[in-house]
Amino acid sequence: MFMKQLSVFVENKQGALAKVMALLSDNGINMRAVSIADTQDFGILRVIVKEVDKAKDILKSNNVIVSVTEVVGVELADTPGALSKVMAVLDEGNINLEYVYAFVTPGKAESAYMVVRAGDNAKATAVLNAAGIHTLTQEDLEAML
Amino acid sequence: MAYFQKEIETASREQITEWQNQRLAATVKRVYDNVPLYRERMDAAGVKPEDIKTIEDLTKLPYTSKQDLRDTYPYGMFAAPMEDVVRLHASSGTTGKQIVVGYTRHDLDVWGEICARQLVAVGATKKDKIHVSYGYGLFTGGLGLHGGAEKLGCVSIPVSSGNTERQLTIMEDFGSDVLCCTPSYAMYLGESAEKKGLDTSKLPLRAGIFGAEPWTEEMRQSIEKSLNIKAYDIYGLTEIMGPGVSYECECQQGMHVNEDHFIIEIINPETGEHMPDGEKGEIVFSCITKEAFPLLRFRTKDIGTVTHEKCACGRTFVRMSKPMGRTDDMLIIRGVNVFPSQIETVLLQMDQSPNYQIIVDRVGVLDTLEVQVELTEDKFSDTVAEIAKVEKDLTEKLKSLLGIAAKVKLVAPGTIARSEGKAKRVIDKRKK
Repeated sequence: MFMKQLSVFVENKQGALAKVMALLSDNGINMRAVSIADTQDFGILRVIVKEVDKAKDILKSNNVIVSVTEVVGVELADTPGALSKVMAVLDEGNINLEYVYAFVTPGKAESAYMVVRAGDNAKATAVLNAAGIHTLTQEDLEAML
Repeated sequence: MAYFQKEIETASREQITEWQNQRLAATVKRVYDNVPLYRERMDAAGVKPEDIKTIEDLTKLPYTSKQDLRDTYPYGMFAAPMEDVVRLHASSGTTGKQIVVGYTRHDLDVWGEICARQLVAVGATKKDKIHVSYGYGLFTGGLGLHGGAEKLGCVSIPVSSGNTERQLTIMEDFGSDVLCCTPSYAMYLGESAEKKGLDTSKLPLRAGIFGAEPWTEEMRQSIEKSLNIKAYDIYGLTEIMGPGVSYECECQQGMHVNEDHFIIEIINPETGEHMPDGEKGEIVFSCITKEAFPLLRFRTKDIGTVTHEKCACGRTFVRMSKPMGRTDDMLIIRGVNVFPSQIETVLLQMDQSPNYQIIVDRVGVLDTLEVQVELTEDKFSDTVAEIAKVEKDLTEKLKSLLGIAAKVKLVAPGTIARSEGKAKRVIDKRKK
């Protein structure tokens, strides 16, 4: 019922991100969305790709720390106020958010997508769906990419 | 209980003292006659060889330091003519200029015997295949254990160090029973076996003899688990003999010093006063049967303790603790004494990777301590807060144990250099 995200440990030093990108690039992995949480010492790279397991195996076998995280994919209209509505629904549902980022995809010009990692992903999905907001499964995502 | 030389290894204290009295007196005479440095020092102190009758007289003798060995390099401390010397070994020189030591035929026999005592103490028999992954060459590790295996009549496999893939293949194909290498390399072999998908519980390997660098109880548990063996500690130093100066038995409660060949003292490094059983001090060794290179009261700079308590294995030789640090490895950070082994203990207790590096620096007038630890997959999370918590927990634990604050930095796996010899654990940037 959720979308999958690659979470990658990246040291905060020159060339660290380049190494991860080169591994994905060399293996023909296309990224749909990218977000980085940074601290003074390290970053967490969060990536949405079609071939999650393949990408994970490639990184893992090259000594990169990586995990697959379940996230909520939210589809919304690419118009002012759409995200505001989503946030209001989550707030009313008492959902805490760990992080959020967005992407758009060619051929779906009317829509924008949010990647949401909630304290409770299942509950977040339930309140969104109850408010008539569409959420994506990994299958939906793969079909779209 | 199996012993290699039961009558010696379980001798009474009176018997051991009698051997030590006679052998010390003979060695003192030998070095007085043959080593100018000892003659000069004894003359300066007004001590004649005949003044040394029993081990009670040991404290009349001068100490020997590593610097003395450098000053007399290469052959100034040799007490036998070259025609009687059959082999040379050298220390790696990681802490300064290298030193060279020599062995007569008799010295090699003794060395073989004490290493054979170690092998028997971990349960090895003539049928066993001894896989020696210490480096062969000038380093004493490889040829030392090799000599022990041959003395006992085992099947020695002189693999030497390096080429981890091949080590594992040999272990599997040849059916190695006992592994000898540095503890950090044993950890690495364990990691590599796992990576390769090699099920170590299916290997005949059942014991390991690990030494030549500091390691902790937690590392022992980790090696025992990953390689599916019992891991034993061996102690030695090139200056005194090489591996086998003291050896652990199946009780794994400290290492029996081969007191028929060496006398151990634990001293206060500042005052020279002897420390009672169980109290920490610098370990000092005297050789009492060596012919080519017999050192008296050699200051090892290793910090440890001894106990005369009876050991359940039946051996009567005094037991020494694993060295807890070195007088010269001891870092003084903001006035606090810190041993790298303390930091390692914390990391392993917290189930962290044993791959770490300590970086000491000075910013302005303040010393800084940074501990870099490789992050492992099971500690990784997709949120900053969770990883920051790993760092915070480690920081707090280190602070409570060391008494000073350390900055913990998690780094990517494989970024801290692995070594197949001695691990470089400390980078002290204050020393310019």
